[in-house]
Amino acid sequence: MQEACCPELSSILEISDVQMHFGGIVALKGIRYAVPPGIIQALIGPNGAGKTTLFHCISGLIQPTFGHVLFEGRQIDGMLPHKIARLGISRTFQHVALFKSMTVLENIMLGRHPKTKSGFWATGLRLPAMRREERKILETARYHLDFVGLGDSANLPAGTLPLGKQRILEIARALATDPRLLLLDEPAGGLNIRETEVLGDLIQRIRACGVTVILVEHDMNLVMEIADRILVLHYGSQLASGTPMEIMDHPAVIEAYLGGG
Amino acid sequence: MNKKDRWAFVGMGLLIAVFPGVALNVKCISHYVDVMVFAGIFSLVSLGLCMLMGYAGQVSMAQAAFFGIGAYSSGILTSRLGWNPWMAMPAGAGVAALVAWIIGVPALRLKGHYLAMATLGFGVIVHIILGEEVKWTGGPSGMVDIPGLQIAGWKLTSEVAWYYMIWSVVFMALLFCLHVIYSRVGRGLRAIHEEEMAAESMGVPTACYKVQIFVFSAILSAIAGSFYTHYVTCLNPGSFNLMWSIRFVLMVMVGGTQSLWGAILGAVLLTFAGNEWLQIFSDFEILVYGAMLLCAALFLPGGLASLVPKVIGVFRNSLTHLCKR
Repeated sequence: MQEACCPELSSILEISDVQMHFGGIVALKGIRYAVPPGIIQALIGPNGAGKTTLFHCISGLIQPTFGHVLFEGRQIDGMLPHKIARLGISRTFQHVALFKSMTVLENIMLGRHPKTKSGFWATGLRLPAMRREERKILETARYHLDFVGLGDSANLPAGTLPLGKQRILEIARALATDPRLLLLDEPAGGLNIRETEVLGDLIQRIRACGVTVILVEHDMNLVMEIADRILVLHYGSQLASGTPMEIMDHPAVIEAYLGGG
Repeated sequence: MNKKDRWAFVGMGLLIAVFPGVALNVKCISHYVDVMVFAGIFSLVSLGLCMLMGYAGQVSMAQAAFFGIGAYSSGILTSRLGWNPWMAMPAGAGVAALVAWIIGVPALRLKGHYLAMATLGFGVIVHIILGEEVKWTGGPSGMVDIPGLQIAGWKLTSEVAWYYMIWSVVFMALLFCLHVIYSRVGRGLRAIHEEEMAAESMGVPTACYKVQIFVFSAILSAIAGSFYTHYVTCLNPGSFNLMWSIRFVLMVMVGGTQSLWGAILGAVLLTFAGNEWLQIFSDFEILVYGAMLLCAALFLPGGLASLVPKVIGVFRNSLTHLCKR
């Protein structure tokens, strides 16, 4: 299906000249970037560089002031977030945004929303089609639960999990929407070294499934280890982009991070 | 539906089934069957409102207006135009649904408490129309001689027959709501209530769900209004004013916004309070309601329903204590 829509397309996501103004503050000053499919793209930069703002623009939570966002060649800026989710973009949040009183399994089941369609009356009357769909939702959710390795916490309320597992659960919930592009907003934030290792491993397994991952992260070890490409943002504009090796040696990056000498 | 709900369902069914048998044999509470018919009718309203408040996170101050739309549609269509009551009921529900949709679409696209404001105004408008449109509604003096209900040629005249009929309807509505809650749509609603932004990003069409629940609550209120009309067989606009809308909100708050069982409990409790226990306060009744609302909000945010697991827990603990001795 993907080939049919755009065979010559070399990027899954194209950000063309995106600007974001909040009143007088310019959070993004014209970002131009294309993400090739099937890679782990890291997005780094100091706090306030505009990384999360860019994520919000891609997932539709805010509308860019200028510029366009194209997903698989299709313009998605101006669309509502739930429609963008339907197209195949999913995400996690910097401050874990789980449904805390729902169980772990229910959180993942909710992720099946864009791929299912039983409506209000069908669920209230428990029509046969809805029951079939509900069984499938449960099956798929269990699969994702095992994929991320949370199988033994299925029926716990999500809010009772330790932070490390909450971050993993958020990824599982996002994966349940069958995304082709996954946005991870500081998934290693607050995790210890062991948990970060497990996370890095998980992200690489996700890439192996053919999902493109964009990763906002401060943990440089993790980024250098798993990222295929890195984009550096600084005060709302692009400072540099390239492979981890190129970024490490980039003079502008060194100056921004270590301070000009 | 989970195990707890199943047990609660059976337990409440038994309680409701045996209640008339007990009440009718005790002289001073024999009229409680009549009160329970009203409680059943109001339970339908509070169930819909509970879905809206507890699961979609919105407040409606117009449930009495939808109740009135159902009641007057039934009254006018049956007594003035000679319709069958069972045909008038869906017609009233249809009108209420349409009106709710028209109010809900713009109000619910906005975030926050716009729905409460919009419905507050709408409730007042409906009340005025019911009082002024003398030709159709009878104005302030209301309507009389509205026909009762018949089921397959058998007239529902006794209170006990009404009691069982209305409570079967309440159970069906409850079952419907429970099915919604424990399904795809219900998960979406609960998600909206907890983290609206995350729900939206996971593909939940939040505005659409809120409108659907609002329309559903209006339909349930209108159906309740129809039953009310055919039970009391007369109408006056006083039963459909803002005070009644507040009372419906109070039923849900006292029972517990997050629990459909609480909504029914609240409806029963407040109906008894209004019809029986608070009569001695006469004009000061409204003060008592105000105090109840305050107490519920301050000391019991989860409503009476949140007490049930605690009470069961205490019971269990003391039982195990006794056994150990």
